[in-house]
Amino acid sequence: MPESTLTVNYAGAVNAALRRCLADVPETLLYGEDVAKPGGVHGVTRGLWKDFGDRVFDTPISESAILGSAVGAAMMGRRPIVEIMWADFLLVALDQLVNQAANVRYVSEGRLTAPLVVRTQQGNSPGACAQHSQNLEAFLLHTPGLRVVMPSTPQDAYDAMVAAVHDDDPVVVVDNRTLYFGEKQEIVTGRPVSRIGGSHVRRTGDAATVVTWGAVTHQVLAAADRLAEQSVAVTVVETPWLNPFDDDTVLRAVARTGGRLAVVHEAGVCAGFGAEVVTRAAEAGVLSGRPLRVGAPATRIPAAPELAAALLPDADTVHHALREFTAA
Amino acid sequence: MRERLEADLHAMWRIRAFEERVQAWCGSGDVRGSVHLCIGQEAGPVGVCGELAEGDALFATYRGHGWAIARGAPLRPLFAELLGRATGVNGGRGGSAYLSAPEHGFHGENSIVGAGASHAVGAALAGRHDGTDRLAVTVFGDGAMNQGAVHEAMNFAAVLDLPVLFCCENNRYSELTPIRDMMRGDRLTDRAVALGIPAVRVDGNDPAAVREVVADLAEAAREGGGPAFVELVTQRLVGHYVGDPQQYRTRDELAADAEAEPIARAQAALAREGLDGAAIEARARDEVDRAAAAALADPPADAARVREHLYA
Ligand SMILES: Cc1ncc(C[n+]2csc(CCOP(=O)(O)OP(=O)(O)O)c2C)c(N)n1
Repeated sequence: MPESTLTVNYAGAVNAALRRCLADVPETLLYGEDVAKPGGVHGVTRGLWKDFGDRVFDTPISESAILGSAVGAAMMGRRPIVEIMWADFLLVALDQLVNQAANVRYVSEGRLTAPLVVRTQQGNSPGACAQHSQNLEAFLLHTPGLRVVMPSTPQDAYDAMVAAVHDDDPVVVVDNRTLYFGEKQEIVTGRPVSRIGGSHVRRTGDAATVVTWGAVTHQVLAAADRLAEQSVAVTVVETPWLNPFDDDTVLRAVARTGGRLAVVHEAGVCAGFGAEVVTRAAEAGVLSGRPLRVGAPATRIPAAPELAAALLPDADTVHHALREFTAA
Repeated sequence: MRERLEADLHAMWRIRAFEERVQAWCGSGDVRGSVHLCIGQEAGPVGVCGELAEGDALFATYRGHGWAIARGAPLRPLFAELLGRATGVNGGRGGSAYLSAPEHGFHGENSIVGAGASHAVGAALAGRHDGTDRLAVTVFGDGAMNQGAVHEAMNFAAVLDLPVLFCCENNRYSELTPIRDMMRGDRLTDRAVALGIPAVRVDGNDPAAVREVVADLAEAAREGGGPAFVELVTQRLVGHYVGDPQQYRTRDELAADAEAEPIARAQAALAREGLDGAAIEARARDEVDRAAAAALADPPADAARVREHLYA
C-alpha cells in the first residue's frame, strides 16, 4: 500500500486502518454486534462489509462468544479484530480476555498464540448512564499479556490500529467515543507498519512533566496552552500505549523538569494507571517533591450531565490543578 | 370488558404520551444522552403489570420507561429523572437507561443486555426465604436471548423452582440487526422449553391477551411451579435509540408495524363498540402534560451532593 494522505475524523481514521488491514492481511476477520451491515453503532466500520464480504460479519449479543471465538480463531492462525461495543460490556466476558487470551502464549511457551485485536470505546458523554461511562483501562492493565492503547488523534488511531493488527499478541484498542466525530485532519496512510508502543512529547517546558493519554489529552493540552500564556511552560507527554509503556521518554522528561510529575487521566484515580506511572518515577529516583494525580474521584458516574461534569476532569480543572502544582 | 378496554387504552396512552414528550425533549436538548423509547410496545407492560401484586419485583431493561409507568411509578419524578433534576426518581443519577422506583415494585432498568434476568432470580429466591410468594419478573428483548447470562438465569430458576416470569419482548430487532440474522428459526420459546420451563408466545399488542397468559403463568409460578417464559410479540414504531434513522427497515415493514400497534388497535376495538377513544387520549395527555410542566420547573440535580450514597 503506497503512502498517501487522507482527511478524516477519528472514526474515519479507524475505518481507514481497518480497511487497510483487511486488504493487506488476509488472515483478518472483523466482527461484533452491528459492525457489518449497519456499519457499527458509531458508523466506524461503515462500508467494510460490502467490500470484504464474509470476513466482516455481525454477531449475536454474546460478548463471551465474541471474545472466546476470537481467542480460538487466533490460535488457529486467523487475526480477528472484534468489537465490544462499549468497554463496559467487556466486563460480561472478562474471562475470555484475562483467563483465556492473556494466557495462551505464556502457558504454551509460545507454541500457541492469540494475535487478536479487541476494539472498544469508553468514556463519558452527556447523559450516558452509569453502565456506559466507565474508563476501564486499569482493569486491562492489571493483566500481563494484554497490550493496551488509547489514542487521541486520527493519526494515532490509524497507526495504533495497524500496529495492533500486525502485533502477535492480544491488543485492546480503546477509543473514547467523544473523539469519533471531532475535526477532520490530514493523516498519512500506507506507511510501513510501526511496532506497537511509543509516546509523543506534545509540549515542552521546564515547570513540570504532565503525562496523559486518551481523550483527556486534549484538555491537558488546552490547559498547558493556558499555563504557557501565564508564563508557565510544562512538558506534556502523551502515552497512547499503556502497555508497552514508554518509560524512557517519561522518566527522561520528569528528570528534565526537576522531578515534578503530574498524571492526568479520565479514569478514576484510585488504583488507576496514574498511580503506576508515579510509582515508576519514584522507583527510578527521578521524582522530587510530591507528584500530582488528576482523574475522577472514587465514585460511580451519574447520568445527569451536570452531575457527571462535577466529577470528571476538564480543561478548567486540569488547568487549575496544574497551576497550583507548578506554583507550589 | 368495556371498562377493561378503556383502562388499558388509558394506561397505554399514558406511556405513549410520556414517550412522545421524551422524544421531543431529546430534540430540544432538555434530555441528553441515549434514550430508548417503547413507542409501539405499550401493551406488554400494561398487560403484564396488570397481573402483578404490590410485593412483586420487576426488573426491566433500558427500554423501561413504559414498565416503570405501568408499575405505577408517578410521571413527574420519572420525567424529572430524564431531565436530570433533583426530584427525579434517582436524583439524576440513573437517567433514561438505568432508573428505578423500588417503592413501586420497579427494581430498575439495566443497560447491560441480559443482566437483569439473574436479579429476578435472586428476588424470587429472597421471596422464598422471607416467606412471601413474591413473583419476580424480568423483561428483556429478543436479542438478549443470545446472552449466556439469560440462559444461566433461566436454568438456575428452573432447577430451584423459583417463581420468576421471564418476559421476552420480541420486537424483532437487536439494535440495528434483525433477529432472523441472529438465531436459527424464530421460536424463542423453544429455548425455555429446552430448560424445562413452560413457555407461551402471545400477541404482545393485545393487553388483554397478555394479561390472560400472564395470569395463568403467574399463578402456577406462585404456587410452586417454578419459572415461566412469555414471549410478547410486538414492534417498536421508532428507532432503537432516539436519532436512529432505521435504515435497516423497509417502508412496507414500518407500515405493517403501524397497522399492528396496540393503541390504534384498541381505539378501533372501542370504536366497534360505538365508543370514542379521543377522550381517553385527551385525559392521558393532560396528565402527562401537567407532569412534564412540573418536572421542567423542578430544580436541577445538586452537584454538591454527587458523591453521596456510594456507601452507607
Ligand atoms: C452486554 C451488552 N452488550 C451489548 C449492548 C449494546 N446493546 C444495547 S441494546 C442492544 C440490543 C438489544 O436488543 P434486544 O435484546 O432485542 O432488546 P430491544 O432493544 O429490542 O428492546 C445492544 C446490542 C449492551 N447494552 N449490553
